[in-house]
Amino acid sequence: MENKIKVTLDGKEVSADPGQTILELARDNGIFIPTLCHYQKTTNVGACRVCVVEVENARSLVAACCMPVTPNMVIRTATKAVRNAQKMIIELLWSSGDHNCLSCEQNGQCELQNLVYWLKIDQPRFEIKAPGYALDNSNTMIMRDLNKCILCGRCVRACNEIQVNEVLDFASRSSKAKVGPAFDDDYINSSCVFCGECLQVCPTGAITFKQAKFGGRPWELNKVRTTCTYCGVGCQMDLYTKDNKIVKVMGNREYGSPNQGSLCVKGRFGMDFVAHPDRLKTPMIRYKKNEDFKEASWDEAFKFIADKLSKIKKENGADCIAGLSSARCTNEENYLFQKFMRAAIGTNNVDHCARL
Amino acid sequence: MAGLAATFGSGAMTNSIDEIEFTDLILATGTNTTENHPIIGMKVKRAVKKGTKLIVIDPREIDLVKYADIWLRQNPGTDVAVINGLLNVIIAEGLYAKEYVKDRTEGFDALKKAVEKYTPVYVEKISGVPAEDLKKAARMYAQAERASILYAMGITQHISGTDNVKSMANLSMLCGNVGIEGGGVNPLRGQNNVQGACDMGGLPNVYPAYQQVANEDARKKFEAAWNAKLSPKPGLTIMEMMDAAGKGTIKALYIMGENPMLSDPDLHHVKEELKKLDLMIVQDLFMTETAQLADVVLPVASFAEKDGTFSNTERRVQRVRKAVDAPGAAKADWEVICGISNKMGYAMKYASAKEIFEEVAKVTPSYAGISYERLEKGGIQWPCPTAEHQGTKFLHKDKFSRGLGLFTAIEYIAPNELPDKQYPFLLSTGRVLYHYHTGTMTTRAEGLNERCPESLVEINPADADKLKVSEGQKVKVTSRRGTVEAKATITKKSAPGSIFMNFHFADASVNLLTNPALDPIGKIPEYKVCAVKVEAA
Repeated sequence: MENKIKVTLDGKEVSADPGQTILELARDNGIFIPTLCHYQKTTNVGACRVCVVEVENARSLVAACCMPVTPNMVIRTATKAVRNAQKMIIELLWSSGDHNCLSCEQNGQCELQNLVYWLKIDQPRFEIKAPGYALDNSNTMIMRDLNKCILCGRCVRACNEIQVNEVLDFASRSSKAKVGPAFDDDYINSSCVFCGECLQVCPTGAITFKQAKFGGRPWELNKVRTTCTYCGVGCQMDLYTKDNKIVKVMGNREYGSPNQGSLCVKGRFGMDFVAHPDRLKTPMIRYKKNEDFKEASWDEAFKFIADKLSKIKKENGADCIAGLSSARCTNEENYLFQKFMRAAIGTNNVDHCARL
Repeated sequence: MAGLAATFGSGAMTNSIDEIEFTDLILATGTNTTENHPIIGMKVKRAVKKGTKLIVIDPREIDLVKYADIWLRQNPGTDVAVINGLLNVIIAEGLYAKEYVKDRTEGFDALKKAVEKYTPVYVEKISGVPAEDLKKAARMYAQAERASILYAMGITQHISGTDNVKSMANLSMLCGNVGIEGGGVNPLRGQNNVQGACDMGGLPNVYPAYQQVANEDARKKFEAAWNAKLSPKPGLTIMEMMDAAGKGTIKALYIMGENPMLSDPDLHHVKEELKKLDLMIVQDLFMTETAQLADVVLPVASFAEKDGTFSNTERRVQRVRKAVDAPGAAKADWEVICGISNKMGYAMKYASAKEIFEEVAKVTPSYAGISYERLEKGGIQWPCPTAEHQGTKFLHKDKFSRGLGLFTAIEYIAPNELPDKQYPFLLSTGRVLYHYHTGTMTTRAEGLNERCPESLVEINPADADKLKVSEGQKVKVTSRRGTVEAKATITKKSAPGSIFMNFHFADASVNLLTNPALDPIGKIPEYKVCAVKVEAA
């Protein structure tokens, strides 16, 4: 690419694209700069300041996520001043909330916890004083504990810029500042549509997947990528499982098209049916009309069906048999179904509910 | 689908979901996108925030209306008139893509003649859309460099469904929007694998990849591949099957994962028909309304309990992976089909879904280059003819599948059953955000039920006043075919004189009311319009 500019990054001369932020440049060059409020594909707000770096001749430390590189800029990402500032920020965040990892669902995947460890902080220098907000336990899908909120604003941007549901925003100021729906309502009383984007972007345990609570620690869960079973968009999603049960559903930004890691309420919170007690578990046959169903083995069921279908075909012809294949089933199953109707039965009487 | 197949040569969504966010104009009609395809709705809203223009044509004041530059609120079922009106203005004002029309299409003169009488004033009389708004929308659509049309069942579930689709194609081609990135005619498919079920030949007239059963070459190819004698006679569609069951000409029905006892129109009639069958086999996750009528019920695995692929609305073939074991003795649907077939003496021996897919790729030209190995890296959009091919983001680039794009001259026809003195309200049906189709899965989710626990009848405040119905009060909705009771919700989403109900709940089954009148080509029932009366219950 033309118009590259030269800058010095941690003592090395590197080339950058004009308009690139210091954070992007550092990541391109394999240098880690910690972030909390920064979130891909949303506005850079420079709110948390944990990404600060030194820039020669700048008045103070600058936020790497917001600052575009300029020609001949000299940037240092790991000086003592930078680390001291980062420690101060993390200690302030820690001490201003109820960050109790023992019972927190995010333990093991909390970005605040990770930075405490990365910055080698034993204890915050300040007294821990959580604001004492009541839990938003108003619904069965999303749990909010604003005592664990670090006001990074990712949920606000996810709600407004990624999903464009425009439910969440900041309210009040200074130490009273908080995020939430209009009128500081609980989610259930707000215009929230429960896409769950907020819980997916939350770096701490402030917004979590409620049904997953106590369902398993992150390192105990298996993750399986699959395609959502609801509408035709075909969102890519991760099913997290433990002990043969789905614990939670998350999007994954790395999977790209078609949903780039976003999900809707059905995909994220609509999987209860899989483990529902109403699921059919054994074949059932009604041997005579108006009799009750009787449980059967697969072999009995296959034989019953094969005998009946063969008899009907022999007496009335193959076109007296019809089949409904399914927009719910896989390609492989639809292929086999129509092959069965056409090749094994001998009729083209096969359709499905595309029209409905 | 039949509509797009006739005009372009292929019935699928022409463009990709990702393109929606980066186009200049979106025309959304007959799609309540934010509720039925929330992730596409999200992209539409994001596009608007970045400056994309949005025209919504919909009788209901859906969420997207808030984001629209122009909203045309047509009377339900008058879509052809509205689109012809747009075409009329664009042609009369010379705003169409003249070179594109000349080089890439045929049938323009007939179209021009047919739409001559659809002047904005004439269209206003039919549709209720103000003439000035229609003109503004026509100009805005025509002047956009790239414009994408999105539609869903609000367009197809009419007796004029195929005509409506062809009208969309007319509009898009007239302005040179087919075959370009960010353009196209994009039917949003309502179910996870409705595209795949069609691609795989789950239709009475075609084998996989839309190869005609009546075509001798195609039939010979499949006879060789499947080692069986095949029938040249196209089969019955779903609604025709139901009729034939009632008449006794269909004696056995094998249903895989469908619930016609909730999804089909005029349910009383469907039940009578199904009861006459000698044999009904249902394989499903749950004891559905349909399974209760069956002779054999077979338990199957859910999507989370098996391997396979789904093809999404933009032709993207994507993997489905097993995450948990199926309950009890439940088997994957494909294992059940094999079990029955083997017992009948037609051998189906497959060790895995992957083996079936390998056979699919051999007989399905548009899937020929796709394999499970390739899908590990992510989905691939058909057509993908070879193992090296990267898949196809948008169709009809430089040339339509059928050669030239075909304009179709279309006349407006009124819906089959309109309100009258006895049944003064117009009923439309559809889905809501929190539920899916016949509700067998979503009504079993705690969170979704918390948000939407029951069927609601959406009534305009003016009508509610007249009927003396208040929010949450039970109302009785009656059509010529049946009666349903549900709670009223009072909302300006419904136009005066119209009510809306969803079809998710078995205890307020709106398809007891709907009209089974079919589109003559697509054979789709007219779910979006029927006449009812509403009274406080």
